[in-house]
Amino acid sequence: MNVLFDHFSAFRDGFIGTLEITVISTVIACVLGIVIAGFRVSPVPPLRFFGTAWVTILRNTPLTLLFLVATFVVPEIFFPGMSPFLLASLALGFYTSSFICEAIRSGIGTVPLGQAEAARSLGLSFSQTLRMVVLPQATRTVIAPLSSIIIALTKNSAIAGAFSVTELFGWQKAMSDLGYGIVPIFIWVAIGYLIITFAISGIFRLVESRMEVAR
Amino acid sequence: MSASVLYDAPGPKAVVRNRIYSVLGSAAIVALIVVAVVRLSSKGDLDGGMWDIFNYSGIRTNIADAVVATLKAFALGAAGSLVLGVVLVVGRLSDHRPVRWLATAFIELFRSLPLLITIYAIWVGFLTDYSMWALALGLAVYNGCVQAEVLRAGINSVPKGQREAAYALGMRKSQVVAAVLMPQAVRAMLPTIISQLVVTLKDTSLGYIILYPELLATARLIASNTPVDGQYPYVSTIVVIGTIYLAMCLLLSALATWIEKRGRRAKTGIAVGPSAVPPEVNGSTDAVEDGKVGV
Repeated sequence: MNVLFDHFSAFRDGFIGTLEITVISTVIACVLGIVIAGFRVSPVPPLRFFGTAWVTILRNTPLTLLFLVATFVVPEIFFPGMSPFLLASLALGFYTSSFICEAIRSGIGTVPLGQAEAARSLGLSFSQTLRMVVLPQATRTVIAPLSSIIIALTKNSAIAGAFSVTELFGWQKAMSDLGYGIVPIFIWVAIGYLIITFAISGIFRLVESRMEVAR
Repeated sequence: MSASVLYDAPGPKAVVRNRIYSVLGSAAIVALIVVAVVRLSSKGDLDGGMWDIFNYSGIRTNIADAVVATLKAFALGAAGSLVLGVVLVVGRLSDHRPVRWLATAFIELFRSLPLLITIYAIWVGFLTDYSMWALALGLAVYNGCVQAEVLRAGINSVPKGQREAAYALGMRKSQVVAAVLMPQAVRAMLPTIISQLVVTLKDTSLGYIILYPELLATARLIASNTPVDGQYPYVSTIVVIGTIYLAMCLLLSALATWIEKRGRRAKTGIAVGPSAVPPEVNGSTDAVEDGKVGV
C-alpha cells in the first residue's frame, strides 16, 4: 500500500506514459497496417512482395530485438537524437503493423466476392473498390481481432520501459530498486494495466455493437 | 497473375498501368534500401571490420552458447506452458466451482498482464539468482494461460456426441477428458498451439532484461565489447542475430503450416460407412424402419 502513496506521482507518470505510447503506436500500427494490407492485395507484384516480406520479417522477430534496432540502427539511418519515446513507438508500431495487416487481409477475404464484382461493374477502380466498398465492410469483421491485437500492443509496451521510456514497467523497476516488496508493486502495476486493457476491450465492444450489421 | 477478389484479369490498359506501378514501386523500395545502406556505410557501420568480428572463434562460441541458452529457456518454458495449459483447462472446465473460479481467475490475471511484468516480479521476488528459471517460469505461466484458452476452444469444438458416447460406455470423467476430449482438442488446435510456441520462442528475448545470457543479451554484450576502430558493431550484430531469430521462428512456423496441411489431408479416426445405407439386420431392413434395431 505504501509504495503507491509514497510514489504516486511517479506511478501516475508511468500510467500516462503507458497510455501515450499505446495510443501513438496504435496510430502508427493502424496506418502502416492498412497501407501494407493494401500492398498485399494489390495487382502490382513488387508491392505484394514487399508486403509479404514486411509481414514475414516483422512477425518472426522478437520485439526486444526491434527495440534494439530502433535504439542503435534507426538513429544511424535517420537523424540522431530522436527521443527514446519516439523510437519505442516506432518499434512497437512497426511490429504491430504486421499483425494488423494480416487481420485486415483476412477481413478482406470475408467480404463476399459479389461486392467487389459489383463495384468493378460500376466502373470503380482498384483503389476506389478497396476504399469505398471492401475496406468498410472488412472493418466490421476485423474489429474483434483488432481489439486483441491492440491489447497485445498495450502489454508489449512494457518492454519500452526497459529502453528508458517512462511507463509502468519503469515504475515497477524503480520501486523494486528502492527496496519495496515486489508483491505490492506487482499488484499496483497489474491494476494499472488491467484498467487500460479493460477500457480497450470496453471501447471495442461498444464499437462492435454500433457497427453490427446483418449480413 | 492469379485472379483476385479485388480486380479482374487486367486488360491491355491495366497491364501497362500495372507495369508502370511495378517500376515505380520497385524504384521506391530500392531507393529506400539504397538510402539505408548508404547512410549506414557512410557512418562506417558496414565496414569489413564490423563483419570480421564474426570470424573470431570466441565470438562464435559466445553466439553458439547463447543459442543453446535461448533454446534451453524455450524448451523449459514451452514444456511448462503445455503442462500448465492442460492443468488450467482441466481446472477451468471442472465441475467444482472453487476450482473453476480459481483457474479462471489465474488465467484471466496472467493473460492480461505484460509478460515482462510477470517475469520481472518472479525474478526480483523469488528467483534473483536463477534468471533462467525466472524466465522459464514466467514464459510457462503466461503461455500456459494462453494455451489453456486454446485448448478450451479445442475441447468446445469436439462434438457433444463424443463426450456423451464416452460416458455411455461407462468411462469416468478423467477418462473422458484424457482419452476422448483432450486428444481431439490437441489435434484440432495443433497449428495454433505451435504458433503460440513461436511466440514463446520470441519472448525468450525478454531474458535480456533480467540479465539472462540468451541470444539477445549476448548480442548486446558482443556489440558493446568489441569496438572496431572506436565504433561499436551494433548494426552487423543485429543483422546476424536477427537472422538467427528469423530462421528459428520460421522453422517453427513452417512446422505449424506443415502440420496444418497434413491434418487437413489425413482421415480422422475410423472410417464411417455412408449413413444412407442402413446396416442389414437379420437379413432385412424392415427392422430399421421400425426403429427396432436388434443388437
